Amino acid sequence: MRNLQTHLRQLRERAEKALTLPSPFGPDFDPALYLKEETGAAATGEDLSRRMQEAMLLSGFDPEERDRAGSFMQQNDAVLYEEVGRAYQGQVEIMAIEKALEKYDWLWDYWWQAVPVDADKYTAYAALYQKGGYFIRILPGAQVDRPIQSCLLQSENESSQRVHNIVIAEEGSRAEIISGCTTVPQVETGMHLGISEFYIKKGAFLSFTMVHNWAEQFHVRPRSGAILEEDATFINNYLLLKPVRSLQSNPRAVLRGKGARTRFNSIVYGQEDTVLDLGTVLELHAENTRGEAVSRAAADGRSRIMMRGKLVASSNTAQARLECKGILLSPGTEMAAIPELEVQGAPRADLTHEAAVGPISREAVEYLMARGLTEEEATSLLLQGFMKVGITGLPEILEKAVDEMTETISLGGL
Amino acid sequence: MLEVEGLTVKAGDRIILEDISLTIAPGEVHVLLGPNGSGKSTLLRAIMGMGDQEIVSGKMVYNGEDITRLSVDERARLGVGIAVQHSPALPEVRLRDLAGLLAERYKTSWRSMAQALNCDHLLDRGLNENFSGGESKRAELLQLMIQNPRLLLVDEPESGVDLENIAVVGEALNSLLKGEKIKERAKAGLIITHTGHILNYVNADRGYVLINGRLVCEGNPRDLFEVINKRGFEGCLECATCKRI
Repeated sequence: MRNLQTHLRQLRERAEKALTLPSPFGPDFDPALYLKEETGAAATGEDLSRRMQEAMLLSGFDPEERDRAGSFMQQNDAVLYEEVGRAYQGQVEIMAIEKALEKYDWLWDYWWQAVPVDADKYTAYAALYQKGGYFIRILPGAQVDRPIQSCLLQSENESSQRVHNIVIAEEGSRAEIISGCTTVPQVETGMHLGISEFYIKKGAFLSFTMVHNWAEQFHVRPRSGAILEEDATFINNYLLLKPVRSLQSNPRAVLRGKGARTRFNSIVYGQEDTVLDLGTVLELHAENTRGEAVSRAAADGRSRIMMRGKLVASSNTAQARLECKGILLSPGTEMAAIPELEVQGAPRADLTHEAAVGPISREAVEYLMARGLTEEEATSLLLQGFMKVGITGLPEILEKAVDEMTETISLGGL
Repeated sequence: MLEVEGLTVKAGDRIILEDISLTIAPGEVHVLLGPNGSGKSTLLRAIMGMGDQEIVSGKMVYNGEDITRLSVDERARLGVGIAVQHSPALPEVRLRDLAGLLAERYKTSWRSMAQALNCDHLLDRGLNENFSGGESKRAELLQLMIQNPRLLLVDEPESGVDLENIAVVGEALNSLLKGEKIKERAKAGLIITHTGHILNYVNADRGYVLINGRLVCEGNPRDLFEVINKRGFEGCLECATCKRI
């Protein structure tokens, strides 16, 4: 990049101006409370404690790398592991983002392009105090037949991660990434700011599954953006099944190339005092683009869940659908679904939405009980189906996690 | 098999069923007739334990066990089954998954049953989601065949079903009520019917007329139907063909 220093200075200035800018959505908090001295790794990749390994498994990361094309792992601020499987050398690149920026001058052209650096104070803190994150690049035409995995692990209490990830699926490539963000059990409080930028080039296919597994007093602010070129496909799955203090995210996909397709699936389970504010923004700006955003939420305990969704179309041949459905499992919960559709000068664009929030149908539970299922079994069967219905392409490990989660839920007094 | 004794049921402040008594012996099938809103469905749901109506007095005894306060699933596991008039849509549950779960529970195999009921094309759809009336009934019959209840409660099996499907439903109900094995011949049923079509398939032993929450008469079901067809339910109150209760 020409004038890199000027570009970086401008980014820094924009971030500095946004340092006190709250997010338009979700509860506000001060990220400065969680800025600590640099925290490194407590263990090496080969010496991960059993509890750490369990936490990683819960977030979809297999420390033994069975059936994986490559892995990236970061503990606190330290990158522990960045490896591509032997069979996938020349097809995939995985490395710490700092290393990648050093290696590839052109990467700066992508830096903060899909996510604005000054979107709010969380992007600003992530920019000014960034440490680590991954660079994953699937090389042109590569057909990566095993998932690539990443794990961002926090093992220090009252600390934070401020990572910046860039994923580039080059022309005609195909890959699946499972990205887990997790804490170890002794961590109670902290913050995670994660910037993720996805660039899906012409004809490429990328499936990205993010699994969050946080602690009860954790604040999480992921900021994701995706840019899709012609005939690109981006599948984004998001799964949150553990309590967290607050999590606010509103990922945005911009379909710039004709024929681009995207689908965002999210499955969240709010427990205890969890506050979730989750949305998806799909912008369809080219011919024959297609978008779907499907979310399923179950609210238990005293959790509060806000489900947002926004579809924007500026092409007459664009089609997109938004579906937000939530189930209330306990009397102390709050939930809202806010779908938004916007057409910009394209009167034949086809945007639809469906939103529903309510309890599990008593009639449905009773109908199943009349077949001999207990109330718990009937509820679990309905909830299991509810959380997964309409969600396609969920990796098997996560399907299993959803099944296990729903088996533990009861009606909580409703 | 089933004794209902002096059952009075209310919903909110309104009495829906008053002092209902009936006995269904093993091997018998009874039918329940009555105008809309007379309380027929409430009676079946009360026997199954479904709904939020309140039992004010009376009791229900199944095979010698008082089931009045048992939950729906406890009654089902004792051998009581129900085919409701309008099955709720359960888009979350695929028929295949439910059939598999029930087959595991009741230790039976279900694939040939699904085939016989022409349910194969419904297996991977959400239960009753955009099903036709006939498809809904057949999907429910599949569940009941797996469950194989000893006392079968059936609420208007002809409702929303075309003539072709009435034959399938009728024959399936008949087979469910007869049972396949000699020891199952002691099954029993209580069927609500408006049209009487089901009587072409199921041999009913006794009929009741329920009006305004009270059983007003009982007798041969075909005789009762004849009177009702000629003179309406009001005529039923006046006739001397059947036994006035």
